[in-house]
Formats: sequence, structure tokens, C-alpha cells
Amino acid sequence: MEWVLFVSQLLNGLQLGVLLFLLAAGLTLVFGIMDFVNLAHGSLYMMGAYFCVTLTSALGSFPLAVLLAVILTFILGIAVELIVSRHLYQRDHLDQVLATFGLILFFNGAVHLIWGPEGNPIALPDYLNGRISLPAGIEIPTFRLVIIAIGLAVAVGLIWLVTKTRMGMLIRAGASNRRMAGALGVDIRKLFTLVFALGAAMAGLAGMMIAPITEANIGMGDDILIVAFVVIIIGGIGSIRGAFIAALLVGMIDVMGRSYLDDFMKLIMDNQSAETASPALSAMAIYILMAGILYFRPRGLFPPRHR
Amino acid sequence: MRIHKMGLISVATAAIMGAAVLAAPALAADKVKIGFVTTLTTPAAVIGNDMKDAFDLANEHIGGTMAGLEIEIIYEDDGFKPEIGKQKTDKLVKQDDVDFITGYIWSHVLLASRKSALDAGKFMISANAGPSQLAGKLCHKNFFSTSWQNDQTPMALGEVLNQRGVKSLYIMSPNYAAGKNMAAGVERTFKGEIKGKDMTKWGKDAQLDFSAELAKAKASGTEAIFVFYPGKAGGAFIKQYMQAGLNESIPLYTVYTVDALSLPKFQKAEMKGVLGSLATQFWSPDLDTPQNEKFVSAFLAKYGRYPSFYAAQSYDTLFFIKSAVEAVGGDLTNMDGMRAAMEKADYPSVRGPYSYGNNHFPIQNFYLREAATDSEGRWTTKIVSTVYSNHQDVYAKECKL
Repeated sequence: MEWVLFVSQLLNGLQLGVLLFLLAAGLTLVFGIMDFVNLAHGSLYMMGAYFCVTLTSALGSFPLAVLLAVILTFILGIAVELIVSRHLYQRDHLDQVLATFGLILFFNGAVHLIWGPEGNPIALPDYLNGRISLPAGIEIPTFRLVIIAIGLAVAVGLIWLVTKTRMGMLIRAGASNRRMAGALGVDIRKLFTLVFALGAAMAGLAGMMIAPITEANIGMGDDILIVAFVVIIIGGIGSIRGAFIAALLVGMIDVMGRSYLDDFMKLIMDNQSAETASPALSAMAIYILMAGILYFRPRGLFPPRHR
Repeated sequence: MRIHKMGLISVATAAIMGAAVLAAPALAADKVKIGFVTTLTTPAAVIGNDMKDAFDLANEHIGGTMAGLEIEIIYEDDGFKPEIGKQKTDKLVKQDDVDFITGYIWSHVLLASRKSALDAGKFMISANAGPSQLAGKLCHKNFFSTSWQNDQTPMALGEVLNQRGVKSLYIMSPNYAAGKNMAAGVERTFKGEIKGKDMTKWGKDAQLDFSAELAKAKASGTEAIFVFYPGKAGGAFIKQYMQAGLNESIPLYTVYTVDALSLPKFQKAEMKGVLGSLATQFWSPDLDTPQNEKFVSAFLAKYGRYPSFYAAQSYDTLFFIKSAVEAVGGDLTNMDGMRAAMEKADYPSVRGPYSYGNNHFPIQNFYLREAATDSEGRWTTKIVSTVYSNHQDVYAKECKL
């Protein structure tokens, strides 16, 4: 029984991990390649969830809604890049933080106006609402397995895109030396727009994956963005591979902390104190991990070579 | 010359402001000012808006006056944060100089704000939060509750579990003042075994994914699960509870989670598994009192939805204040007279008549209620039985009033 629980928790950690990866991948690309701090990345995650809410109830099909909502967030990403972020690449980080913080307020206000303050549920079709039985009595909700599958597929696709394709080569060239790539005839501005929108679409996809579990809420992206920053810092800013490994690490630490920490704490203190201390400690666990890793590797686990 | 001019202006300004300060008490005499601190932003705004709607409805029902005085209500948003709630309380008692301050959804916000209001010599009436501290050691002559003490509702639920022969329980609750009270309450009366307990992160960035906790609960082999998740976390929890298939094996018992705010959403998401789930509460929309019938039907007609218990308490609060102001004939300086009137609880409450304990918390009934469908197919809650009659909280004896 004990290890059945352990395996279930491993799967839960994996699911949280790939979700964080979807969010962190865009963040690390934009931060690493364009040197642009985008606090509004979480807003794109929220907008993806809300697009999906409306489309699901309008079309009556969740998969179709996700497909369209991903395209919509991609377009929204292009719009944000053209209207706001494009003008900020040459400015310093403080200006970028201020402007994108303004974007957060804008998106939260817009959602409040359009969808209202209450959380919006997404109804899953029956075939996603059930559970799948794995050997040895392990049961996991189907939808959580779907999240894992989609997350892993996107990760593989993204790594292939960046390392094996011509576009990926251009992205890496643009990141290493913007001017040289431009001089060789690469349209850097168009490339950056594309990368930004790609990041937006992935963040939106993450929002669509979490909304059927927790509902779409105002400010849902602001809360998880901090964790996404932790992920990209641990992984090394600009590294897709780093983001992937760090996201899984953070997901596991978070889930395992919530599952087992109180049992460990009870060994060294009385039940009452353990009950109060362990939620606080497990909430801190990922930050302690980050501090530890930064001490030994100040640039993260997998810093990109060209920087 | 310029300096003189500036000096003159500042003297004049000071004089005008001084006059305004002097004039304030004179103005206050023909008005009852009520400050209402609640959550109007963040997803928890759903709760705050429900309270505000009910308070406005009550104001409409009493015609906007009490004892011949016009009612002025000032709403403030606490942003779901104790420090902001305290700032807004300070603003209401100092700048607006309100006569009564009420609202307060969250126990931690109320605890942070309490000193500002009570030190300023105002009446403070909690329309929701009921932290143990304010019922016990921190009780105050000018503090009243029109709701309940946090522990009471889960205590009633523990009693229900005993009656139904449940032998073991897994507890999940948010890690903040009220969450701890709720867990303590059910543990106090439940006689079976506690298989496990998870206190989850709460606040603006509250934990909403409960996969790890649900897996633990399932592995613990418990007979039942108890949760307290008000607001958005409640919807998220019940969804995941059903996605994990636990509704087929481990029954769920809740307090303040399945209510008029969450049920329409569950209905929209077609989560039929929530129907039949049991909860305890001091009130329900179908409670048979004349005042409740008037309140629920008017609320349904005006806003097109069932009122929540938050709304019921807020509606009661204005009638409660009215009874105090009318008892002293509108003389708002007569604090002792108003306090004596409030201690009698002599007003038409939606829950029916109740009385006050020494700590100014209600001594009232608690009911078991079930999520069910009404005659028009809307999801609501219905009373199954009375669990406690005239129940008083356990902290009253620690109060020195």
C-alpha cells in the first residue's frame, strides 16, 4: 500500500512538473533569448484558460476548444509583442518589469469586466473525467494522464524545434549575437515576435490544462508565475532542457513535501507543532532548493553555453 | 509677498478643515454611518458581492432609515489581506467616523482589524468570521457576531458523523485562523479515529491542486473525508475529489464549502456527484421563518440567484443595528443603551429567534443540510434535521464579560 501511494505521488509530481514546464518554457525563451523580463507571462496563462472556458461552452467540445484557444493565445501573444514588448527590448529590466506589471493589471481588469470575478469551471467530456487503472491498484484521473502526455509531447517537440530545425538555429543565432544574425539577413524582429507568441501559446496551453482541475480564476497566473521564475532560475535562464529538468524537480519536491513532510516532522517534534510547521516548510521547500542550487551553481543547472 | 500669500492660504485651509472637523459631529446626528469591510476584488469578491447585495437589499427593505436617521453605508475592499483590511478599518473609524463597522469574511482579517475599531470606541459586528480568540480571551463589550463561532459548525458535523456511525475521518483544511478552528471543532466532537490531517496553503496564492492530499486520503483507508474550503478552493476541491473517483468510495462531509455560491457552478459543470453531500450550518434558504421567506424570495427576485449564508448574515446585521439604534431613539452617543439592546437580539432574524452569550456570540440552532434540487431544477441546500438546539461555543467560558 505504501509504495502504491508513492507511485501515485510520483505521477502527481510529474503532472505538476510538466505543467510548470509548459509555463516556464516560454518564460525562459523570452528571458534568455530576448533578455526580456515578462511578468505578464502569467496573464497569458490566464487568458488561455478563459478563452478555453468560453470556447468550451460555445462549441461543446473541450479538445476543439483547446485547439482554437491555443491559436487565439498565439495571436494574443503576437499582439502583445507588437504593441508592448517590442518597444522594451532595448530598455533596462526595471522598465520592462514596470510595463509588464501594468499588463498584469490590464489583463486582470479586463477579465473582471468580461467574465466577472467568480471562478469559471470547464466541464470535461466523460471520457476525460474518468480514471485509468494501472497495475497494482494504482488509479489516476484520466485527465491528469492527458496533462502528462501533452506536456511531454510539447517538451519533445520544443527541444526538436530548437536543436534540429532551421528555425531553431535562427533562434539560437539571434540569441547569441543579435546584430550578426541580422547582418546575415535574418529578420530578427519577426523571429522575436514568433518566439514570444510561441511562449504565449504554451503558457495558454498550461492554463487550459489546469482550468478543468481548479477553474479559471482572476490572477491565477500571478500566483504560479513566481514558481515558474524559480524553475527557470534553477534550470539556467535560456535553457529549454534546464527548464524541463527543473520543472520536474520543482513539481516533485512540492508534491513530495506536501505528502511526506508532516510524517518526518512528527519524528522530531510533537504532532501539534508538526501539523502547523509542515505546510509552511513544504511551501518553502522549492525556495530552499533554489537557494541551495544557486550557491553551488550561480547560473543554474544548465546555463546556455553561448552566454 | 509670495510667502505671505502662501501663509494666508494655509491658515485659511486649516480654518476650513478645522470647521469641517467641528461640524462633523453635528452632521453625524442626522445620519447613521455604517462601515462595511469585505472582499470586493480577487476571486473571493463573489462572497463580498453576495454580502453587499444582501446588505443593500436589507437597506431597501427598511426604507433607508432607522429611528428617523438616514443610513449611510460605506463599503471597503480588504483585498483578501489582513493588512489591507486593517488599513480600511482605520480609514472607516478615523476618516469617515462611522458609528458601526461590520462585514469581515475572513478570521485573519477580523483579528488584524479588531484593535483599530474597538480602541476607537466603535461597535464592531462580524457578519461572518468567528475566530476563537474573539469568542474567548479577546472578547470585548463592543464586539458582536451575527454569525457563529468558527468551531460550532464543524462540532455539529462531528456529531452528525457519530450519529451516522462513521468510524474514521480524514481532515483537510486551509492553514489559517479559521481553518485551524474548523479542524479543531470537528476533532472535538468526532469520536472515531482521525486517519490523517492536511493543512494546505491559504491566502491570495492558496493551494488549489489537491492531488497529493487526495492520494493520501485514499491510501489512508478512511471512511469519510471532512473539508472546509470556502470560495474558489471549494469548487476546485470538489472537482478533483470527483475526478479522483472518491465520491464513489469515500463520502464527503463539508462545512462552508457547498453553498449557494458554489452550487450553481457545480450545476453548470454538471457535477452531479455533489448532490446529496451533507454539511452543517446555522441556516439554509429553506429554513421556515417569516423573515427568511421574505429575504430569500426578495433576493431571488432581485438578483436571480439563491442567497448564501454570507448574505443571510449580512441581511440580519442591518436589522440588528436597526434594533439597537431604535432602542435609544436614534441617540448614537448612548453606547450603553445600544449595547443593552443588542445583547437582547430583539430583531427579526432570518434564522428565527436566538440569544447572545456573555461573549456576544449567538446561542443558536445548527442544522444538517443536504445539496438538492429545488422545484425549478436549481441546485440548493435543504434542511435534513436539527443537530444542535441553542448551542453555545466552547470559548465563552474564557471570556471575562
